[in-house]
Amino acid sequence: MLEVISKETGNKEMVINMGPQHPSTHGVLRLELVLDGEIITKVRPNIGYLHRCFEKYAEQMDDYAKVIPYTDRMDYVSAINQEHGYVIALERMLELEVPERVEYIRVIMAEMQRIASHLLGIGAFGLDLGAFSPFLYLFTEREKILDIFERVTGARLLYNYFAVAGLMRDVHPEFKTDTAEFVKTFRPKIKELNDLLSYNKIFIKRTANIGVLPEKVALNYAASGPVLRGSGVEWDLRKNDPYSIYDKFDFEIPVGTGEVGTLGDCWDRYMVRVKEMEQSLRIIEQALDGMPDEGDVMEAIPKRIRPKEGEIYVRTETPRGELGYYIISDKSASPFRVKARAPSFVHLSMLPAISKGSLIADMVAIVGSIDIVLGEVDR
Amino acid sequence: MLNAVKQSWLTFRSIFTGMGVTIRHFFGPTVTLQYPDEKMELPKGARARLYVNIDDCIGCNLCARACPVNCIDIETVASTQDVDLGKTSTGNPKRFWLTRFDIDMAKCMYCDLCVHPCPTNCIYMVSEYEYSEYDRSNLVYHFSNLEPEMVAEVKDKAEKEAEQKKREREEMMRKKAEEKAQKELEAKKKAEEESNDKEKGEE
Amino acid sequence: MTEYVSHIHPVAAILVHAAIPLTIILVYALVAIWGERKIAGFIQDRLGPMRVGGWHGWAQSIADLLKLIQKEDIIPTDASRFLFKFAPFMMFAASYAAFAVIPFSSAYVGSMVNIGVFYLLAVTSLLTLSIIMAGWASNNKWSLLGGMRSAAQMVSYEVPTIASVLTVVLVAGSLNLMTVTEMQSGNDILGFLPNWFIFQNPFLIVAFIIFFISILAESHRVPFDLPESESELVAGYQTEYSGMRWAMFMLAEYADMLLLSLLGATLFFGGWNSPFGDFMAGPLWGFFWFMLKGLSLVIVMMWIRWTLPRYRVDQLMHICWSILIPLSFVNLVLTALWEVIF
Ligand code: SF4
Ligand code: SF4
Repeated sequence: MLEVISKETGNKEMVINMGPQHPSTHGVLRLELVLDGEIITKVRPNIGYLHRCFEKYAEQMDDYAKVIPYTDRMDYVSAINQEHGYVIALERMLELEVPERVEYIRVIMAEMQRIASHLLGIGAFGLDLGAFSPFLYLFTEREKILDIFERVTGARLLYNYFAVAGLMRDVHPEFKTDTAEFVKTFRPKIKELNDLLSYNKIFIKRTANIGVLPEKVALNYAASGPVLRGSGVEWDLRKNDPYSIYDKFDFEIPVGTGEVGTLGDCWDRYMVRVKEMEQSLRIIEQALDGMPDEGDVMEAIPKRIRPKEGEIYVRTETPRGELGYYIISDKSASPFRVKARAPSFVHLSMLPAISKGSLIADMVAIVGSIDIVLGEVDR
Repeated sequence: MLNAVKQSWLTFRSIFTGMGVTIRHFFGPTVTLQYPDEKMELPKGARARLYVNIDDCIGCNLCARACPVNCIDIETVASTQDVDLGKTSTGNPKRFWLTRFDIDMAKCMYCDLCVHPCPTNCIYMVSEYEYSEYDRSNLVYHFSNLEPEMVAEVKDKAEKEAEQKKREREEMMRKKAEEKAQKELEAKKKAEEESNDKEKGEE
Repeated sequence: MTEYVSHIHPVAAILVHAAIPLTIILVYALVAIWGERKIAGFIQDRLGPMRVGGWHGWAQSIADLLKLIQKEDIIPTDASRFLFKFAPFMMFAASYAAFAVIPFSSAYVGSMVNIGVFYLLAVTSLLTLSIIMAGWASNNKWSLLGGMRSAAQMVSYEVPTIASVLTVVLVAGSLNLMTVTEMQSGNDILGFLPNWFIFQNPFLIVAFIIFFISILAESHRVPFDLPESESELVAGYQTEYSGMRWAMFMLAEYADMLLLSLLGATLFFGGWNSPFGDFMAGPLWGFFWFMLKGLSLVIVMMWIRWTLPRYRVDQLMHICWSILIPLSFVNLVLTALWEVIF
């Protein structure tokens, strides 16, 4: 492929490989850049370095439940959200009723995970632009969330916590107070982040008007999540196609405003994430209030999972966008086919469209602002 | 011109705000844990390593079947009639010698799926997390507490018993077959006699 | 001391004069690298190095140095061998040579030349050359990009640096750094403030700000650390270097930082003059004050580094050419007017 590209280029241009071992490609992404000086004339993402056959594995398993730990490993930064979509798909296939307490715990966990994921995304974005300290401050906060998760699930990164119509184990008695405490201490940190990074003039200079993704292009590429909202489209599956019990909560959908530059630039995408964390805090607070204290979280878990013959597509809102699971059942104990629609993959495909004509340094900002996780791109 | 001055002022102001935040952190508390000296206490129920209480295991193989990555390897041998393996602490009778119960922690993904199906709750996660090894094969944990001789003996016994049983079964089969043959023979005889009788009568 | 040294054999004198700044640089580099890691650690709520040597890991840099000495010296196959090997030494030599004219104390300056400032600026521009050399000789695209960036950056930022230095020279009327320092002794401004140039007239404050921004860029510190910005260019011109050669780059970079900070201290903060007039003055106190002033500037540079993101290469150029350069020249003219009027 490299040769084909270099044949197309004249003497003036230079082909350069960014990645797969490059500090700012968020894992193992390889970008082929054709440069004219430092200006990018062409970019081609090469993926597949982290391919682990998720979909094939899912077919190989002899039980639906065994797929859940594998869904964790798609987007390892927001494992809970990945499980959430999968178990919802199975619940709908089996037409199961999920106990209320389970739903509340799930929502709290999912929103905490969303915050944790955004913290990582924002921090790494800052790191790409050379701001080191915010990254570590945010990581400290993320660590607190992981501590809560560890007490609840026993694991810090890949939880395998959600089961079909239930949870793998009940939360500990202090869960509510722990979480409420976190919510309380986390609010001021968002302000600090805004002081340190979001409204820093240098940061704004590096992100405003860079990598502009107009609304129409975003829709054409089927973007979703913060990337789409950054372009000013008010679309959030938690509101537009409510699953779980999200219709019970009162929250807003932050969208890009073009406050410091053009609508849909890197800064807008970044800011949507920051504001989304606040909304997640709101959801968590409401869920903590509404969560029933009593109830067995494991009683509804079916002994055998044998869905009827048929197929289903379920989409949920993960921190990165719309994650869809398409599952076909042939009445056996394992899925006939599982297909995951990964938002990161979709967003990565927009990269050539929005980064043409920018500088190498902007490339780094753009890759950071669409916040891809290579585990999900390659699956 | 005025705009440029304003922009520069804003830039400086944001830089100083940022520097204020960092200097506050400079004098603030640190969060580092000096790892080998201080250790983080893992909460109860942390999933760090699998442990099998082999005395309680009944060798039902449910955990191995639940594992998505097949890292549990169980081999059981039925106990002979003359020994009673006793009961587990949960009251389930034990019927198998566990000649092998290996868990490959290098393969395990700590998913907890093997823990739930166990009828005697004897396989569970413990919070022991410092078990790095230089050789990957050392990460295979052998939980079976039978000595190799014991294993051989048990296997031998089991084989003998199985043979015995087989022989008994064969004996039984043979007996049955003989009986059957006998009956058939008798039936034949009878039939022959009857026919003979008939023939006689006809004659 | 200078006079005393020149009485002995000339070769010995040269050696002594060479050894003093070298010792200062080496000790400073070990302390500064450790200090930077500590400062970074505390700013980021961490502790930084803690193990080597007991108290707060003070021996960490020494351990690192020993490790770097043992490392294999890797030279890429297609690199231009001579240039590749030579670049780090040239870079260090450039910043080291410039220390010759820095007046460390009232009794010691390596060379009492009357074109000190001019010499210093001329010698430090060799840094650009060595960085391009390293970038080009590595035969690596990232290195090349880093080298090109740095060349553009340093050449551009030399202009505002020189213009702001000129402002001081204009006021002082001398290019000899010793003379410049001597002119700043005494506590006459408003009755108590020391006679430092930064307090002498408002335009020199502006000159100092320009100077400080420019030396941030010249010594590749955040927000202008583009030649080695690790998230874009991997490590810029240092990408292919390892072991001692890389350590030379590191050393040169820290030496450069100290050099420019000391220059700033000399020009604007009274060099080795004590801030309390005759109290705590004298050659040794002078050295103490001088290093204190220089290191404070270094610490501010570190503080900035761990706070800010970095600029983009074109924005960097924009700041230099359309803001700093015009401003510094206007400032120069205004200072001249001020001098004429008062
Ligand atoms: S924790 Fe999961 S992977 Fe590990 S042995 Fe149990 S079932 Fe297998
Ligand atoms: S499920 Fe429990 S009892 Fe059964 S084999 Fe596994 S450890 Fe033993």
